[in-house]
Order: sequence, then C-alpha cells, then structure tokens
Amino acid sequence: MSDVKEIAEIPSFTVKLSIRRFDPEKSEEASWQEYEVEMHSTDRVLDALHKIKWEQDGSLTFRRSCAHGVCGSDAVRINGRNRLACKTLIKDLDINSTITVEPIKGLPVEKDLIVDMNPFYQAYKDINPFLVANDKPEKERLQSPEDRARYDDTTKCILCAACTTSCPVFWTDGQYFGPAAIVNAHRFIFDSRDEEAEVRLDILNDKEGVWRCRTTFNCTEACPRGIEVTKAIAEVKQAILRGRP
Amino acid sequence: MTKVHHHEFDVVIVGAGGAGMRAAIEAGPHARTAVITKLFPTRSHTGAAQGGMAAALANVEEDSWEWHTFDTVKGGDYLVDQDAAEILAKESVQAVIDLENMGLPFNRTPDGKIDQRRFGGHTRDHGKAPVRRSCYAADRTGHMILQTLYQTCVKLGIEFFNEFYVLDMIMTEVDGQEVPAAVVAYDLATGEIHIVRGKSIVYATGGFGKIFKTTSNAHTLTGDGIGIIWRKGLPLEDMEFYQFHPTGLAGLGILLSEAARGEGGILRNASGERFMERYAPTIKDLAPRDMVARAMANEVREGRGAGPNKDYVLLDLTHLEPAVIDAKLPDITEFARTYLGVEPYTEPVPVFPTAHYAMGGIPTNIKAEVLRDNDTVVPGLYAAGECACVSVHGANRLGTNSLLDINVFGKRAGIYAVEYAKTATLPPLPENAEAGVIALLDKVRNSKGDEKVSVLRKELQDIMDANAQVYRTEESLNEALEKIIELRARYEKISIQDHGQRFNTDLLEAVELGFLLDLAEVLAYSSRERRESRGGHFREDYLERNDEKFMVHSMLYREAEPNGEIGGGIRVDWKPVVITNYQPMERKY
Repeated sequence: MSDVKEIAEIPSFTVKLSIRRFDPEKSEEASWQEYEVEMHSTDRVLDALHKIKWEQDGSLTFRRSCAHGVCGSDAVRINGRNRLACKTLIKDLDINSTITVEPIKGLPVEKDLIVDMNPFYQAYKDINPFLVANDKPEKERLQSPEDRARYDDTTKCILCAACTTSCPVFWTDGQYFGPAAIVNAHRFIFDSRDEEAEVRLDILNDKEGVWRCRTTFNCTEACPRGIEVTKAIAEVKQAILRGRP
Repeated sequence: MTKVHHHEFDVVIVGAGGAGMRAAIEAGPHARTAVITKLFPTRSHTGAAQGGMAAALANVEEDSWEWHTFDTVKGGDYLVDQDAAEILAKESVQAVIDLENMGLPFNRTPDGKIDQRRFGGHTRDHGKAPVRRSCYAADRTGHMILQTLYQTCVKLGIEFFNEFYVLDMIMTEVDGQEVPAAVVAYDLATGEIHIVRGKSIVYATGGFGKIFKTTSNAHTLTGDGIGIIWRKGLPLEDMEFYQFHPTGLAGLGILLSEAARGEGGILRNASGERFMERYAPTIKDLAPRDMVARAMANEVREGRGAGPNKDYVLLDLTHLEPAVIDAKLPDITEFARTYLGVEPYTEPVPVFPTAHYAMGGIPTNIKAEVLRDNDTVVPGLYAAGECACVSVHGANRLGTNSLLDINVFGKRAGIYAVEYAKTATLPPLPENAEAGVIALLDKVRNSKGDEKVSVLRKELQDIMDANAQVYRTEESLNEALEKIIELRARYEKISIQDHGQRFNTDLLEAVELGFLLDLAEVLAYSSRERRESRGGHFREDYLERNDEKFMVHSMLYREAEPNGEIGGGIRVDWKPVVITNYQPMERKY
C-alpha cells in the first residue's frame, strides 16, 4: 500500500476573504461577504474558495477546472488585480489584511464570480481565429524555426479573459475587440503559413479595433501566461500601417 | 415544473476535448452535428497535455510505424489489441499532418519540418535505443491541439452546447436492437433540461482521475460519461488499468511532462543516485511510466526517498542549459517555481507518481463503435479518447500515445458516426425521456441528511490513494470496496445548500460524486479480480504476469443495483486479446 504524505510540515494560518456575492434569484443587489478559513502558505486562492464552498457555504459559485493555470476557467479579480485563482498563492498576498475576490470587470455578472463570457468569445470569433491557407500540401507545410518563433508568444493564450477585463477601454466600451481577440489575431497575422493577414488587419483597423488601445499595459500585467500583450497589439498596429513584415 | 427543451441532430457528440472536437471536424461538414460539453471547449483537459504526439514521421532519424506498433504493444504489457495498435501507428502520420494543416504550431527542425523528440518506451528497431518520435509544440502540445481543433470548429461553424452536463442517455428498441435515441443534458446557466436526439451518439468525455486524491486530472474529470454507460448496463473494459504518471509535483500531483526526461532530465533518490539504472539498464529514465512509477515508489518504501519525510524523489534538470529549458520545457519549470518555489535551473524538483490516465473504459472496436459484449456492436453508439478502450494502451499507455489516440480514433468516430447517420432514421424518443434526470436531480435537491458531499469525496479519494494506487493487494482492494459501500450508504443522506436554478454547481458536485463512487467501485472490483501483475496493475500478492490465465481483457457488467455486498451487482467476464504479430514476451528495457 502506498501512503502519500504531505511534503513537510507547512505552517497554517487564518485568512480573511471578502467575496463579492450576487444571486439574482435572491436579490437584485450584489454584496460583499466575509469568510475566515484556515490555509497553508502553499495553498492557492482557488483552494480557499473550495474550502469555503465545501465547508461553509455550498452556494458560493465560481468556475474552475484544471487548477494549475492552463484551462483559463478561474480568472477573477483578487485584491483589485486580474489573476487566475489557481495560480495565485496565498503566501504571495498580504495575509494580514482581508483578501478581496470579485468577478472580472466589464462582462455581465451571472452569479457570484461567474460572468457571461459570450461577448468575449464573440470578439474572438470576429477576428477569424483559424488558419486560412488554400494550398493542398501532401505533407506538412514547411516553416523555419525563425518564422515559427515570430508568433510563439501569442500561441500561449488560454482565453481566460484576464487581459480584456483589465482594460479600461473595454470597461467603458464593451464593443472594443479587446486585448485577447487582438492577441489571437496576431497569432495568425504573423504566422507565415496564413494567407488572410490583410482581412484580419482590416477587421482590426475598425473604430473598435486596435486604435482604441491606450497602451496602459494592464493587459500585459494581467496575463497569467506571461504574454507580452501590449507588444502584440503594437505589432498589429505597425502591420496595419506598414503591412505585415 | 422543470422546463424541457428538445433538439434533433444527426450526430451528437458528448465532450469537447481533443477526441470530441476531432470527431466534430469530420462530422460537421457532412451531417447536422452538435457538441455538448460541461465546460467551454478550450477548458477541456486535453489542454493540460504537455509533451507531444507520437508519429513515425522519421523527420529527424529513421523510424517506422511497425516499430511504433511494437513499442505500443510491449509498453502495454501485451494486453494491447494489436489490430488497433497497427491502426494507431499507421494513421499517426496523417493525424499529425492533419493538425499541421489545420494550423498547429509545431516546433520545427532547422529545415522547417516538424521537430521530434524522445519519450518513454518509444524505441528504434524493437527496443535497441530511444527514438525521436514525439511531435511537439514546446511543452504545451495538448494546449495547441485543443486550440487548433477549436479554431477549426469555429471555422466550420460547429454548433456547441457549452456548460451543458449530460446526465443520462435514452435507449430504445429499433428492429429488435437496443440503440441510443438521445442524451439528456442539464443546462448549468438555467437549470433547464435539454433532450438532444441523434442518429449517432459519440462519447468523448475523458477520464475520471478525481476518484484519487493525488491526480494530474482537472476537478471536472469525474467520469460522468463512462458512468452513464455503466448505469445503462453496458460493459466497461480493463478498468483495473489506471496509469500513475511518475512525475507529479510532490504533494500536489500537478503534471511535469515526461518530456523533461526526454530532453535529458534524470530521476535521483535522496543520495543522488540515478536509480533507474538499476530498474531499466538500457533506457533508464525513459522506461515506460508504470515501471518508472513503481521504481520511484519502491525507492521511497525502501527508505531512499528525499525530503524531510523521505516521501518523494527528485527530477534533476540542473545539467540542462537554461536556454534549452526555456525553449522546450517552459511551462513545467514554471509550475515548479509557482507551486513549490523550486528553481529548476539550479535545484532538483520534488516529484512523486500522480493518478493520470485510465487505460480502460467503454469497449469499442476499431471503428469506435461501442460494444455491448465481447463482439456485439450497439448500433449508432461510438466512443473515443480516454473514455474509450479500443484497446491501444493495454495495461500501460506510452507517453504521447494519448494525444495520438484522440486524433486517430476521434477522427474515426466522426467518420463512422456520419456513415451510420446517413442511412439511419432518427430513433423514436420514448415518453418521459427526461424523467430519469429529473428524478436524479430531485433526489439530491430534496435529500435532507447531515452528510456533506465534500467529506464523502475526500474519504473516497483518500481510500483510493491508500488502497488502489501503484501497489495493490486483495486485502487493500477489499478494504476500498468495503469503504465504498459505506460511502454509498452515506451518500443517500447528503444535503446540499444551494437550492437555486441558476449555475448550481453545488448540485452538480453532488451528482458527480455519484459517478465517482460507481467508477471507483468498478476499478477496485476489477483490480481485485485480476490476480496477477501486468503493466500499471501491480499486485503485491501476485507479483508475476500470468499469461495462461490473464492474457485477456476484463469486461465488467452492472447486472443489478449495488446491494451493500462487496461487488454486489457487478459481474466480471473476460475478452480475448487480438494478436497479429507479437507474441507475449518478458518485458525488459
């Protein structure tokens, strides 16, 4: 029989969380609710949310799946910053004050930390997020390592919406494509195999396109995958002005 | 009264991971196709796969599909159906080309071809040396496959039902044969019921790693799809074969790809010894996963583990150039930094086996058709990917063969589901098709006991880790089965706190626990009945492989409701293994 033990004795402590609650079946108004949980320093904010849901209040509602930062389900606003709950360790936050957790901003709140992601997905679909290539190769298309590296950064996107919902322009203008859609356009515009860069650049040359970006870098700071989002947007702007390099 | 909606399609696919979306890409252009998923498609756990997808492209060194077939058969400890393994290996090349043509950003060789790297158990010329067979995109190959398949589905305008939980399947009789007529889904957003009828129904619902505590699997991998098949009285195959991936982050179970060892990483015990040299002298750290996981567990049991409690071993990457790590293993090294605070450039990473992958599942043939016994097909019902057992993985899956499996057999499921739908008529829908799901949900909603879902689930996961993991005995498995009987009784007395209609995840977690209990019981029962050691199934009371008695697949049947007896209502039968070229031999590396 195998017996899986903890790595070592990890110190535990009491953490206070204040969570933005909203349930339209109960009340029109959202409100803050406070919880106290016993956590270990290696725990993630997602572990704290689970602990509350599983031990104190089963009605607390949030999305989650992989729990290690690759599926993009649990983007929330923690202490005023967009982050993945499963990638934010409790010990990296100030545990002497209350940790605030609220839904990402700019999308309609459905219940507690769950927002309506459909406007976000629609913007993604609007930039034609798929390779367009009309040749019919018998084997793989060739692509040099340098050409492959050109768009490597923007292939990391997990569609968590942390970037788009950290953008002040998106908060005030929900029609703006937003950083995530532009990142995904970049991934194809700079792919040497793609034949539809001009179409995508046209789409993003719209009044709700890249020119709305005010270069506040919130998106880059928010990206849990470390994508240089603002740089990618700047490269798309350059490509509109000068054509794809 | 719960509102009930009705839909009709030709092909209905349950699950939007790699297998489901690959099937949808084949079916969508030829038939009215719907994909139903409990998540948003790109949240599926295919996206967590890291290291690569096997295919004998021979882009960087000599290779052949025949060598790949042999490795798959040997890796599976000869329990692989060899006709299926041949298809897997032969069709792998086209499967990779398909993905590249759809736009997948594979890493490239200097001359622009798809680059390939080494992986455990993949060898040149029948075991002579490791071979570069894994096609990859850094260490996020699964992410890139999932994104590329979703992008292609967007391109094709595939219709998705996102955050719909399929909780039941309706069977009906057509021309004297039982066929699927519809699936019944619960819409998370509204709490309303949707009956989705189809001529063909494809299951691509992934695994059920959440029966274990230490697992690389997502919270949502609760085996609902396999559980529905089980409750319908259809068999499950080879459920005792569950893979424990050697390199989970210690204490957490988060996966660190085998690619780390493919790129030269070395496993060491507390004294720094490269212990795999003792267990697999030829290919050492690149031995198949079952052997490496057992070797690691054995090092710990014999007191050579590292750390304050000597309960893990170390994955050493410190001899690799930081530039190589950054280019080829960026994500997994970041996991070590984020979750354990370890810097892989300079420090070895604490690792221990983590529950990872079900080799068994819904029995299918090579056309992805679901079987109701050893040979009889259920017309119109298909399964592919981790939820299916075709069986290309036998008793132990090789790394990179699962991303391959979802592409090869996902594609086949799509093709044959369309072929069937072209001539079939829509089966009639029995009356009150929604009744089963409404009863299931009402039972949970109205249950007023004092048991908590989270407590029962944790006790289940603890007992499975302790009793049905890398090492198993008759005694440990009976203990697990007895505990499951107790948990099942307590499950009747649960209560939930959220009684709302909208986004009621409290309710769904309770329903999911029901499936976890069912599948844990089947796994423990089939593990008890296989009194030998083979591949990922290791019995300390039956140390040897016993080909005379057990060179057969297990087939588990649910013949009656659980009745409080160990294995009550479960019957085990056996199915011959398909052998084409390779007779069983001793498995040495």
